[in-house]
Amino acid sequence: MFKGLAQKVYELTNENVYLCHQCGTCSGSCPLVNLMDIPPNQVIRMIQLNMLDVLNAKTIWICASCYNCTVRCPREIDIARVINALRNIKMRKGEAVVDLRRVPQVGELPQLALVAASRKLMG
Amino acid sequence: MEASGVRIGVYVCHCGGNISNVVDVDKVREFAEKLPGVVVAKDHEHMCSEAAQKMIIEDVKKHNLNRIVIAACSPKFHEQTFMELLRETGLNPYCFEMANIREHCSWVHSNDPEGATKKAMDQVAAAVAKVRLNKPLEIREYPIGNRVLVIGGGIAGIQASLDLADSGCKVYLVERQPTIGGRMAQLSYTFPTDDCSLCILSPKMAAVYNHPNITLLTYSEVESVEGHVGNFKVTVNIKPRYVDPNKCVACGLCAEKCPVKVPDEFNYGLRTRKAIYVPHEMAVPYKYLIDAEHCLYLTKGVCRVCEKICPQHAINFEDKSKKMTITVDAIIVATGYDPFDPAVLEQYGYGKYANVIIAPQLERLVMPTGPTGGKVIRLSDGKIARRIAFIQCVGSRDKTINRPGCSRICCMYAVKQAMILKRQDITRDVYIFYIDLRAFGKGFEEYYMRAQEMGVQFIRGRVAELVEDPITKNIIVRAEDTLTGRMIEMEFDLVVLSVGLVPSAGTDELAKMLKIATGPDGFFLEAHPKYRPVDTLREGIFICGCAQGPKDIADTVAQASAAAGRALRLISQGRIVIEPIKAYVIEELCDGCGKCIDKCPLGAITIENKIARVNEAICNGCGSCIPYCPRNAIDLKHYTEEQLIEEIKALLASKEEGEVRVIAFFDDSCTYRAADLAGTSRLTYTSKVRVVRIPSSSRLTPRIILSAFKYGADGVFIGDCLPGGSPYHPRVLDVINDLIRKTRTLMRRYRIDARRLRFDTIAVDTAERLAKDLDELVVLVERLGPLKPEDRDRIKV
Repeated sequence: MFKGLAQKVYELTNENVYLCHQCGTCSGSCPLVNLMDIPPNQVIRMIQLNMLDVLNAKTIWICASCYNCTVRCPREIDIARVINALRNIKMRKGEAVVDLRRVPQVGELPQLALVAASRKLMG
Repeated sequence: MEASGVRIGVYVCHCGGNISNVVDVDKVREFAEKLPGVVVAKDHEHMCSEAAQKMIIEDVKKHNLNRIVIAACSPKFHEQTFMELLRETGLNPYCFEMANIREHCSWVHSNDPEGATKKAMDQVAAAVAKVRLNKPLEIREYPIGNRVLVIGGGIAGIQASLDLADSGCKVYLVERQPTIGGRMAQLSYTFPTDDCSLCILSPKMAAVYNHPNITLLTYSEVESVEGHVGNFKVTVNIKPRYVDPNKCVACGLCAEKCPVKVPDEFNYGLRTRKAIYVPHEMAVPYKYLIDAEHCLYLTKGVCRVCEKICPQHAINFEDKSKKMTITVDAIIVATGYDPFDPAVLEQYGYGKYANVIIAPQLERLVMPTGPTGGKVIRLSDGKIARRIAFIQCVGSRDKTINRPGCSRICCMYAVKQAMILKRQDITRDVYIFYIDLRAFGKGFEEYYMRAQEMGVQFIRGRVAELVEDPITKNIIVRAEDTLTGRMIEMEFDLVVLSVGLVPSAGTDELAKMLKIATGPDGFFLEAHPKYRPVDTLREGIFICGCAQGPKDIADTVAQASAAAGRALRLISQGRIVIEPIKAYVIEELCDGCGKCIDKCPLGAITIENKIARVNEAICNGCGSCIPYCPRNAIDLKHYTEEQLIEEIKALLASKEEGEVRVIAFFDDSCTYRAADLAGTSRLTYTSKVRVVRIPSSSRLTPRIILSAFKYGADGVFIGDCLPGGSPYHPRVLDVINDLIRKTRTLMRRYRIDARRLRFDTIAVDTAERLAKDLDELVVLVERLGPLKPEDRDRIKV
């Protein structure tokens, strides 16, 4: 149906990023947006325009998958899932894969952080 | 049940080569001559020419013909011409059929002359088979008067009432509030001209009150509506006011002494009123009334202070609600809107944070006569608000709360309110957070520009959430400025939610009472979005203003006048013409079970003496009742089950061994026209299709579809309108889907592959899709092979 990144995202998530009308609710709702290099609405915009450098954005790794954006999106786009798809694309290329066994002091990390990290970093 | 003595004349047209270059016209004529009932068959270069018409008139006399079949172009071109010709010869115009051998034949099968000729012969045979059973039908008429009911006394109802009353109509204006004026009376100023709203409205309100042709019924509600155009019986419930309006001089002494304070709905609860009150200072009628829900005497049996003080002795606690029955010829629905209640959007804290208000409340706050004397204050502490933010699209453009549409007026009223605030104090900080600023109307963009000039700040970003500072009660706005990509966290004294418009309370009940449709947005649905914007699918019932969908005052007034004009168009004809193609009940078969009653989307069917009766003034011939009758006791005139089955038999009679055939049912409004367009665009598709023209597919029954398979079809195609494209009620699509499902179940029982039945929604302009759909079905049917004779024999119809 689509081309490039939007099509890949569609195949992975069944989400149509072209529904986005750039209202910015997702970014305004995001608890971590100040740590991101690109706010979530611009991530969606870059997917629409097939700007592949979005895959190198810090944003996709900073996203905590809290789903605030998804809940509030007036066009009902599952933004958190779209960002998760970008992580998947990256990892399937063999880039940015973290081997938890090599993380120093892994035993001292809180369990919740470990679970969250492994869910996020392993797709 | 063939009428004896049927004498048919068949006329085949060459259309100056348009037909005869592909179809062997001589062969068709020779074939027609041998069909049962045919007395004479002729061909002509141009059947629509005067010479040919003269020939037909002479033949009718000479051969004593009483049925005519014309095989020529689409009936959409010349059906009316030939029906008129029949009238001239003294025949009933319904004793006539057309076989479309140009658009549906020669033009689309130009690559297959043999197939085209065969199809033309079959279509002529079908027309002959049908015309044999055609009955003379009469167009009936009855008189219509000039009484109109207008429901709703806002600006839409007022405008429609005045237009009608000025034209000499007798108008009944019913308003459920104690005053007319509606939402417009609650506004401060109006965009883009900044007129004071009540100043331009109150002369119209007074005109309604004083008009000799308008009977004004305030504090009244429509309770029931029976009947049809030209004869609607309406019951109106007039609620008790407990104050005799003929005695009350509105001195106000009663309200001064009344001890009960109630939140004032006219001011959206921003101040209180008494239990005896006038809604506002410009109310029409300007008469006091008692709020029975809060009055001490009416709730607890004590007090009666107003009764003692009233110098006019106007208080009457014995007042009862009254019923009034009126008969009207047409109805205009102008029930308006309610502001969206933003309490469901928890992220904005409306109802929880004192300093978050809705825009209609701000309208009251800026009024010099309003609850604060025009001072815009923080509701938490009463201090003047210096930093104010507007949040757009609250309850609009939001799928999460199932309100995906734009409310059309919020952009402009926010711009207006922002300018009013700036005019009060130019040093104020006024911000508008928006997604898109839609300034589409006349003078709107200029208005928007003025607001920018005055220093109103526009931030492109939808507000994500509001947070209240628990100490200062200031509101912190979180949003993204999407144009810079930066996050914004700003503190405001007052936040105004620009709420959208929702259908007014009671819209669904009224829709059910009037049997008119509402759209997915909940507003009343117009008959056609372009050409019939104020009509409903029920003749004689019109809609206007925000009852039909969000719109501003200018558009509302235009629509109200349009609705009045449409009603006048009906009234000025002096008579109602009833087209004869309607559902009818076969009384011997009907047992009065009443299953058809709910199925009629217009409510045309009633049960009288245990027999269903169709009100022909309401029925528009969609046939939705027919598939549901368990005894086959209801049918459609001119397209009876018997006629359609005879047509199908004739279409399949020439089928040869090993051939495949598809019967295609085309609805008259969309699919038939799309097939005509396929012809005029010279598309080509399979010639294995035979066409049956029907008013709407809801008229079909499983029996008709199964008959097609029984008598030789290997596939059946059904095409009907997309929702909105049909002249019938949107509910017919449910009927069709129901019918397809039921038929497929039966097909499985007879071990027929259910894919042999295909249903598609076709728009008038999608000829290419229709051609592709037909081709696909034929390819599928060819792959499946012709149905076996034993399979056909198994079908019982």
